[in-house]
Amino acid sequence: MTGANSFQVSGYGPERAGWTRLFARDSVTRRLDWPILLAAGLLSVIGSLLVFSATRNRTDINQGDPYYFLIRHIMNTGIGLALMIGVIWIGHRTLRTAVPLLYGLSVFLILLVLTPLGSTVNGAHSWIVFGGGFSLQPSEFVKITIILGMAMLLAARVDAGDKEYPDHRTVLQALGLAAVPMAIVLLMPDLGSVMVMVIIVLGVLLASGASNRWVFGLLGAGAIGAIAVWQLHILDEYQINRFAAFANPSLDPAGVGYNTNQARIAIGSGGLLGAGLFHGSQTTGQFVPEQQTDFVFTVAGEELGFVGAGLIVVLLGVVLWRACRIARETTDLYGTIVAAGIVAWFAFQSFENIGMTLGIMPVTGLPLPFVSYGGSSMFAVWIAVGLLQSITVQRPMSA
Amino acid sequence: MTNIPETGRSTRVQTRLVVIQILVLSLLGTLGGRLWYLQIREGSAYAKEASGNHVQQVVDPAVRGSILDARGVPLADNETRLVVSASRTDLLKMKDDGKAVLTKLAGVLGMKPQEVMEKVRLCDAKTPQPCWNGSPYQPIPITDEATPKQALQIRERAEDFPGITAEPQAVRRYPSPGGANTAQVLGYLSPVTDDEIQQAQDTDSPYLRSDQVGRSGLERQYDKALRGKAGVTRYEVDNLGRVIGEAESDAAQPGDNLVTSIDARVQRIAEYELNEAMKTARGEFDKNTGENYKADSGAVVVMEAKTGRVVAMASNPTYDPNAWVGGISAADYKKLTGKDSNYPLLNRAIQGQSAPGSTFKVISTAAAVEAGYDFDGGYPCTSSYSVGNQVFKNFESENFGPISLGRALEVSCDTVFYGLAHKEWQKDGGINPKKNANDYFFKAAHQFGLGKETGIDLPNEVTGRVPDRAWKQSYWEANKDAWCKTGKKDGSYVEKIAYENCLEGNKMRAGDEINYSIGQGDTLVTPIQMATIYAAISNGGTLYDPTVGKAVISADGKKVTEIEPTSHGKLPISKATRNKMDAALAGVATRGTAAWRFQNWPQDEIAMHAKTGTAEVYGKQTTSWFATYTKDYTVVMTISQAGTGSGASGPAVRKIYDALYGVQEDGSVDKKKALLPTPQKSLPKVRTDGTIAAPKITEDPAKKEKATEPGERAPADDQQGATTATPTGQNRNTRRRRRCTPRRGGSTGRRMLT
Repeated sequence: MTGANSFQVSGYGPERAGWTRLFARDSVTRRLDWPILLAAGLLSVIGSLLVFSATRNRTDINQGDPYYFLIRHIMNTGIGLALMIGVIWIGHRTLRTAVPLLYGLSVFLILLVLTPLGSTVNGAHSWIVFGGGFSLQPSEFVKITIILGMAMLLAARVDAGDKEYPDHRTVLQALGLAAVPMAIVLLMPDLGSVMVMVIIVLGVLLASGASNRWVFGLLGAGAIGAIAVWQLHILDEYQINRFAAFANPSLDPAGVGYNTNQARIAIGSGGLLGAGLFHGSQTTGQFVPEQQTDFVFTVAGEELGFVGAGLIVVLLGVVLWRACRIARETTDLYGTIVAAGIVAWFAFQSFENIGMTLGIMPVTGLPLPFVSYGGSSMFAVWIAVGLLQSITVQRPMSA
Repeated sequence: MTNIPETGRSTRVQTRLVVIQILVLSLLGTLGGRLWYLQIREGSAYAKEASGNHVQQVVDPAVRGSILDARGVPLADNETRLVVSASRTDLLKMKDDGKAVLTKLAGVLGMKPQEVMEKVRLCDAKTPQPCWNGSPYQPIPITDEATPKQALQIRERAEDFPGITAEPQAVRRYPSPGGANTAQVLGYLSPVTDDEIQQAQDTDSPYLRSDQVGRSGLERQYDKALRGKAGVTRYEVDNLGRVIGEAESDAAQPGDNLVTSIDARVQRIAEYELNEAMKTARGEFDKNTGENYKADSGAVVVMEAKTGRVVAMASNPTYDPNAWVGGISAADYKKLTGKDSNYPLLNRAIQGQSAPGSTFKVISTAAAVEAGYDFDGGYPCTSSYSVGNQVFKNFESENFGPISLGRALEVSCDTVFYGLAHKEWQKDGGINPKKNANDYFFKAAHQFGLGKETGIDLPNEVTGRVPDRAWKQSYWEANKDAWCKTGKKDGSYVEKIAYENCLEGNKMRAGDEINYSIGQGDTLVTPIQMATIYAAISNGGTLYDPTVGKAVISADGKKVTEIEPTSHGKLPISKATRNKMDAALAGVATRGTAAWRFQNWPQDEIAMHAKTGTAEVYGKQTTSWFATYTKDYTVVMTISQAGTGSGASGPAVRKIYDALYGVQEDGSVDKKKALLPTPQKSLPKVRTDGTIAAPKITEDPAKKEKATEPGERAPADDQQGATTATPTGQNRNTRRRRRCTPRRGGSTGRRMLT
């Protein structure tokens, strides 16, 4: 069965147009995974409130306009939604044919970052800054193209019915495909994104049914790679310091440990119900750096308390749970791998982001999906939602 | 391919997808658990840390209240100094962190720029002094000795000195009106300690790091009232310390003023005369030790007899309390507290204790009456009293034959009291006492308030000691090991004593009680205790808690809290006994041991009562005691290592009375010259603005004394005093003459006279 077919399954004539058609039993709207959509939408709404709370007093960065970040965050979400609709419209299977092009484009963009066109933000040379306050972080999109590219390679022979599992050569090819952009991103150096990509590769390999040897081999290689990175001083000092501060937060509380310490104070002081939106003194006092982006969860922790912060975790759980379901219930391996890759990506990135604010993960510069301020990240996660929706929409209807 | 489920999926993929799902769930569960731990379990701790994070306090110190004398003359007040300070937050807003401003400021103040910079930097582990260890939100003082000209320069060119202020600030001052320094009574201030800051942190009156706290005397006793309440403004600040809002603010409340019963003029006289008496004593030759008297310390208390209020209290050696202002120097501190300092910080009127000598006899008299002996009975005043092979001499008088208790007081006849005490000792069972021993002599001492604090409103008063059976037992238990170790039956004198003590130091021996009855031995009293007792005899029997504070008046003058006299008991004597005792003590002043000191005293106009005392101290020269009272005042003076009661202390006490009542040399009373013929009853007048009216004391009240001071000398010990109506012509003072009389260890009498 192909995607095109599932669209044609519709048994209604062209006269049944408009609202009725939109909500017909087998229409796209009815087939969408609404829990994911609603959870992601709610996360974006909460995100915009938190971003607003964190930035409305930041005259140093909001150019005197308290709504500067709020408006941009809503705009980003809107663009993200549009991208999602576009992806659903095109369909993940059609996109499959464009994967080489997308892959090439994303690698080109990250190479561009390494040229003088790229900019350094917070120690990572991973941005392309356009005028007017807009900038692009191509590594966000690389995450998608790695998923799509690897899925394309790994699923091709299996979906064609030639093989039960991808063979070694295919796995090697897929790994090579992922390794190229990862190496470039590591050079930026954007360690956080590389970590996410490693997890994505692991998730993709797991879902593809590749031999256990590959899975464990990759885990081992990852461990060795981490040691090598440490030993060969590929990491900058600030990155090593982050790990040191993670291991011992009381180390130099004014310096490296400051972020984690203040983040934990902010979250801890929230208690059950929080200080109330816009009433967090840690937030108002700007004690937590990068609070609208990587540390946005601390705003939720302080102002919305355990209830609000817990809700974010639950909503992320809804997205991930449904995505896992989609992965399991899709008939084609390509869809499964894409969904699983997205699960690995969202799950690890959320865990790392929230975990670092809670002091159980080292600090890296990763945004919280849907919630953190940042265009590229927002676009990427909504494209991913689009892919998930496309997979579920194009799935054959169960009886 | 056989196990393809509905989705057309191999089981391996399906299993792995379930594994992924479980992994994802456990990651989220971990986050939830950690979130619960931080926010719910540890939430309150983090909330506390957060509030400390972003609230900064700026404390506006309260002006410390003044300490005034009974007429309103300030004994301790504040002087205004021009303090130039810098606001760190303002300086940090400048491009160069305020370096240019500070350099300019250094120029104006005539300091080195480096010096100024160092003063405003914050202290931390790496920064050596000088540095600022207070709150960075507090203006940091650069100098408190700016001249008005410098202050004007800074203020007029405010735009050149952003963040710099030159403002008058209150600094403690002890003005010593008329030369009365009152040092030990006033006490002193010293900087607050970290512990105290911690303790006061959550109270309604937190300390500033720069705060001064009363450490002794009135400054300490009334610290809370005097200190007032510092104003606190809490600012919410952001991570860079910029103020983002004012949380709450309380205005500073200046401290209350303390009106004391001290009269600065009388205080000055008392201090001056005490010092003169000691100087004179040092010129006297002590035949017993073969050197001049050391007169190393002394104290005098002038008290209102009917209220217990202290009019003057002097302790010698003394010091200048201003030494503490603005932080005491190391050299000064050593001078005040070092080994060779003779501890001028001690207030010997309440912290000095010694055996009371014959001033104790009023207690023995009361005890005897209590025990059933007739006051007017006849008791043999022999020249010595023998118990077994011990002979107790009558040191202070000669053989008068049978005399009344009153007469025994007058002439300070020891043997009368020896006999009574010994009889009581025997009645109580002797060396092996019966169960319910009466112990009249010891009970009386307790009833007179000895062995415990008088309750004066000054800190660290000592209790003295009544060497009763309980004390002997505990003292023996504490020391017997040492005694038994060093004691030898046939060793040196000290070793023999130790041997005796080891055997029966816990028992009340005949000699112990006999010596005790005349105020010798292990008894210890403080001058304030004696003053309280003699005031009680004067006022009809009430033992007042002595007070120095008379009223606490709020800074605006609206709230006046008077400190009423309170008593801690009644003397165990009937009115008749009191009257007889009163007459006997008047006899001491007119024809007894103190008469030669009260020549020309207008006794009919102002009835004078006195008792002399000379206490033995083992290894030292004798302690001079002189306890006196009129109907309004009690004056007790004691000088350590200075000889006899009337000899060393007599002239000084007489001169204090002369000044109080305006008694002239010829015995006439010049009411105009009287400083305080009746105690100051009313409080000083409070003006509408809260300030307190005070007469000015421009001249030293002791000056006229200096002019009239004759080169008067006490008669040499062995000679007949140049006294008047002493019926016997023999007793002049209470001097006991014994060499090396041991008074320690409880085995006194026997040893010394064998």
